[in-house]
Amino acid sequence: MELTGAEIVIRALKEEGVDYVFGYPGGAILHVYDAIHAQNDIQHVLVRHEQAATHAADGYARASGKPGVVLVTSGPGVTNAVTGIATAFMDSIPMVILSGQVPTKLIGNDAFQEVDSVGITRPCVKHNFLVKDVKELATTLKKAFYIATTGRPGPVLVDLPKDITAAKTVFDYPHNIKMRSYSPTLKGHTGQIRKAVKLILKAERPIVYVGGGAILGEASKEVTELTRMLGYPVTNTLMGLGAYPATDPQFVGMLGMHGTYEANMCMHDCDVMIAIGARFDDRVTGNLEKFAPYARIVHIDIDPSSIAKNVQVEVPIVGSVANVLRAMISLIREEGSQPVKKEALARWWRQIDKWRAIDSLSYEHSDTIIKPQYVMQQLYTVTEGNAIVTSDVGQHQMWAAQYYHFDLPRRWINSGGLGTMGFGLPAAMGCKLACPDLDVACVTGEGSIQMMLQELSTMLQYNTPVKIVNLNNGYLGMVRQWQEFFYEKRYAMSYMDALPDFVKLAEAYGHVGMKIEHPGDVEASLREAFAMKDRTVFLDFITDPEENVFPMIPAGGAHNEMLLAGRDAMRSTHEEGMVLV
Amino acid sequence: MRHIISILLENESGALSRVANLFSARGYNIETLCVAPTEDPSLSRMTLVTNGTPEIIEQIVKQLNKLIEVVKLVDLTEGVHIERELMLVKIRAVGELQRAEVMRLVDIFRGRIIDVTEVTYTVEITGTSEKLDGFMDAVGRDELLEVTRTGITGIARGVKALRT
Repeated sequence: MELTGAEIVIRALKEEGVDYVFGYPGGAILHVYDAIHAQNDIQHVLVRHEQAATHAADGYARASGKPGVVLVTSGPGVTNAVTGIATAFMDSIPMVILSGQVPTKLIGNDAFQEVDSVGITRPCVKHNFLVKDVKELATTLKKAFYIATTGRPGPVLVDLPKDITAAKTVFDYPHNIKMRSYSPTLKGHTGQIRKAVKLILKAERPIVYVGGGAILGEASKEVTELTRMLGYPVTNTLMGLGAYPATDPQFVGMLGMHGTYEANMCMHDCDVMIAIGARFDDRVTGNLEKFAPYARIVHIDIDPSSIAKNVQVEVPIVGSVANVLRAMISLIREEGSQPVKKEALARWWRQIDKWRAIDSLSYEHSDTIIKPQYVMQQLYTVTEGNAIVTSDVGQHQMWAAQYYHFDLPRRWINSGGLGTMGFGLPAAMGCKLACPDLDVACVTGEGSIQMMLQELSTMLQYNTPVKIVNLNNGYLGMVRQWQEFFYEKRYAMSYMDALPDFVKLAEAYGHVGMKIEHPGDVEASLREAFAMKDRTVFLDFITDPEENVFPMIPAGGAHNEMLLAGRDAMRSTHEEGMVLV
Repeated sequence: MRHIISILLENESGALSRVANLFSARGYNIETLCVAPTEDPSLSRMTLVTNGTPEIIEQIVKQLNKLIEVVKLVDLTEGVHIERELMLVKIRAVGELQRAEVMRLVDIFRGRIIDVTEVTYTVEITGTSEKLDGFMDAVGRDELLEVTRTGITGIARGVKALRT
């Protein structure tokens, strides 16, 4: 039996086990919408802006491990989606975007709602396709899912001209696909693994540095097993939080610009670094010239181009993180070997305890004004550390990362690479659909939340109750913090005047609004909000307007040049650091 | 250092833009680029001349390999190889003396005259880029009316072949 292109799209999505599609209709994609209308297996979530569709699909993907699927129309449908596609690309999130396109005959004619979607998205997708023949549609869709979900994952866009979705052909979905030009290396090189293990066991001052790749590669079990076997300290990147349990005594906290003192000092002073699914991003390394001067580095990553991009390493291992770690674990087991430098390791732990004693995440408490850090600590307590926490971008993101201790992977959902404000709310909606039984909190600020506020409407329509924790300080806080430190407090355009009444706003959208102004009310309000299982609650916390995120490595600084709260607050940055971002 | 990277890629629309996009997005240089289908019409062979430190060349090779349409590639400069470029050049040739001189130079550089008018010769010449430069210098840059060059193409010496 022959099917239309639109029907083929829906059948392919079913074959791929897709249960939700996030999208927005328009002229060029209407055939596909008509096919959605004719079935009940796949639920379509109608967002209020295409960017939200990508963020929601992204949140769904991060929480579930399955690819997120987006459906948009041509022209503005695609251009609106670009920010969300780039967000997913930077964080290697599996996503398939299906976009309508003007009929093939009109391509290149500047037709209504025509844009070169493949051209516009090329730099921010793992791959993209323009389907020119309905006979190739099924194979192309299979390839799209295959590419998006294997190797280093990423977004793949399939552009669907309107005549292609109308044309008919026999539906034959390939169950396996092999591409001569694409076959990710999964198994690590045995010789390299052997070499790495030898180096690791001889370490005197080791650090395990774990990034988002460990979560994407479902390797947190292996990360934890190997780290515990070795007894070495471990740090997670912003993207890696949850890959190793944060409440474990071997965990030294997040590293990087706003990481803990002990994590960054471990990075600086270590003699052996075991980098797992991490990419030595500039927010992690600080000044590359002063990065880990004594370290011999083992780097495990599925993407060869991540290795030796920013930092030269001694033992590169290309492969899936889980595979490589399993091979390392069994090698150590078989040989019955263990770390040899017992005395040096004990000394290293004593040193780490001294760094920990500095308590770099301490802050000044207040009985009169709400400290944002305190809200995060209470959020952790009230949810017993079990919630999925999404965040937007800025100070609140760092506080959530610092004070909510993630013990499990896929619980901390944020835009780490691109740093996209507006991500948190639609992502939370996607998370709630992926994990309906878990509490979902969206930690945000009054700046970020206003970038995707319209999704409160979608959340009512699809009944995705999340708790919005708005740290409202009246400023674009991270911008203001940098202006305080590096621009002599000239707060250019970082003040948010004329804020809406968020309580009324939440109520206008059919949700519950709460305004909290006193520290004594923080815990009770959170408890009250989370008790409302089936309601979205907007908690507007009026917080200390000029609180800063500490500790901090100023741009251009090294890991051992951290600024700590109180002590170094006003010390200015390096001159050369000013040109960095 | 100068590197000649030879790439087999899927002969699909958009493949070339992906390569070009990669170079501009990551700030790498392309000195010359030469691309055409191979004996297998589903594959194109691209020869790309670039330069950079060993670290940058390593990243270029890795990033190219990451492109879905790139099937295989080799850095020809890592081994013994042959490189050639084709140039078509229209040269002013007026008067017996100049016409004879141009013909002699074409002969010396093993070129061929492929079109003639009363006042011009059009010459086809292949060789390394240096040889083509040398020919233009010998003729005299002022006498060149039009020059078109293909950019470098290359192949490794010996039995080793870049195939799928």
